[in-house]
Amino acid sequence: MSEIRDVAIDLGNVHTEHMKLNVGPQHPSTHGVLRLMVELEGEIVVDVVPHIGYLHRCFEKVCEQNTYTQIVPYVDRMDYVNSMNNELPYVIGVEKLLGITVSERIEAIRVICAELDRIASHEIAVATFGMDAGAFTPFLYLFRDREKILWVLEKLSGSRLLYNYIRIGGLMRDVYPTFKDDLRDIIKTVRETNAEINNLLNDNKIFVERCANIGILPPDVAINYGASGPMLRASGVRHDLRRVDPYSIYNKLDFEVCVGTGTMGTVGDSWDRNWVRMLEMEQSLRIIEQAMEMITDSSEDVRAGIPKRIAPKGELYSRAENPKGELGFYIVGDGKAKPQRVKGRSPCYVNLSIIPEISKGYMFADLIIILGSIDIVLGEIDR
Amino acid sequence: MGLLDRLDNPYDVGDNIFLGTVEDVLNWGRSKSDWYMTFGLACCAIEFMAVNAAHFDFMRFGCIPRPSPRQTDFIIISGTVTLKMAERIKRLYEQMAEPKYVISMGSCSNSGGPYWENGYHVLKGVDRIIPVDVYIPGCPPRPEAFMDGMVQLQSKINHQAIFRKRKEMRPEDIAAIDQRQIELKKLRAEYEAYRIEHLDLTGVDNVAK
Repeated sequence: MSEIRDVAIDLGNVHTEHMKLNVGPQHPSTHGVLRLMVELEGEIVVDVVPHIGYLHRCFEKVCEQNTYTQIVPYVDRMDYVNSMNNELPYVIGVEKLLGITVSERIEAIRVICAELDRIASHEIAVATFGMDAGAFTPFLYLFRDREKILWVLEKLSGSRLLYNYIRIGGLMRDVYPTFKDDLRDIIKTVRETNAEINNLLNDNKIFVERCANIGILPPDVAINYGASGPMLRASGVRHDLRRVDPYSIYNKLDFEVCVGTGTMGTVGDSWDRNWVRMLEMEQSLRIIEQAMEMITDSSEDVRAGIPKRIAPKGELYSRAENPKGELGFYIVGDGKAKPQRVKGRSPCYVNLSIIPEISKGYMFADLIIILGSIDIVLGEIDR
Repeated sequence: MGLLDRLDNPYDVGDNIFLGTVEDVLNWGRSKSDWYMTFGLACCAIEFMAVNAAHFDFMRFGCIPRPSPRQTDFIIISGTVTLKMAERIKRLYEQMAEPKYVISMGSCSNSGGPYWENGYHVLKGVDRIIPVDVYIPGCPPRPEAFMDGMVQLQSKINHQAIFRKRKEMRPEDIAAIDQRQIELKKLRAEYEAYRIEHLDLTGVDNVAK
């Protein structure tokens, strides 16, 4: 038996340099067409530079060329996994400019749609995050549930993914008679599956080892960078626009703002960011349960409030809590049918900018975990 | 005993014989195990993920995702192709091994879609840079529509010639094709005239101009 000994290699005058690795724009883990220039020392990440713009679809230019109603479908295509939540701040902003108020019943339907889409978005986030960590089963389970949500939204709007349902001053169409039964069915299924996902994924030893204490984002850094959404809340900051700056009917609803507590590691690590999403799904179900009671069967025409001429004058910033964070629109109207300017404030763009800060010093495989835990959508980053 | 005698004998079940060309067998095998590149661009990629997931189960087509272009048979252009991404897509396509196929999924990659008019940074159709085999309309297409596109691609592969050289077209063939095109054009014009004549305009007056 030969003895294995450590062999010290004398490098002498040999210089070592950092390796530059290009991840993307075609890569299964970049969640779209993101390119990361990673600088590595061995396997330790020294620097990360995200390159964006591979999905720049000229949103702001399109807004200048279209009328206020025609912009709604383009707003859908910003963050394409939760269209309803994108429509909400835009429509609320234009309504504020016009001075229109809508009835509580319409607001309740809007909130239900938004929360359903929030669940769908978080399900995609958890599913793809699991895939990044090597878990394929949660993907199948969560997408099966997501289909149920899409079916309900399809029955409402006629489209599976990009709805164009919330209109300025009303809705595209009223809810169908068995809407509440479908919602009860969804609430039951999502609760059951989430319990399963906790067993399969979140409490799984391998998953916890991969995610806990990885990519720790301290609260002060998160606030300084302007992070929002689950990214900020996972760091222990209790900030939710639905509570802090309530819009629609959120001030009448009872729900909790979930924050990361460092259950498996440190506050603000990748596991916490995923866990906050799981907790938020439960809160969304609670919101849907309460908002369901506000939909009374009435003969109200949901299209009656849609104005014939939309040409507001003035400017304002309208924001809402997107599943990814604070989505805002700065709308400038000059009294014409087309807005002068619509600026979108994208939460993913801001959240992605933190990646060089929190991924330094970790292994390269951890970088994929950190990227997955941020939950980015490139359609919103590039717009 | 000749081969044909054994084919005719229904009681001879020992040898399962069928007659066909080598091409048919190869194409049958090729069309039932296409490997695709894990590559998503925009909204359509989310629908494509849904096709992959539990309810629609894309793997029953024999399709397996491969992360490297060198191992893939076809690529799905699922989303808006921007000018910045276009050169990457062309490079990815060139890295794929022959025979290779392209499915263009959704309005954006078919023609620019909603960004056709004002999208200064959007390529107006991916067929401007790479040849496309199957176009799937929709914004985004439903998973069922995508699966129909997959069936179209399979039938295209089934009918492809591998060994046979394509015959050079005779002048009379070309003339026949031209004649058919003219007839089709006439039919289309007739249909368009009919459509405009019988256009249902009720309810249009109520729409705010």
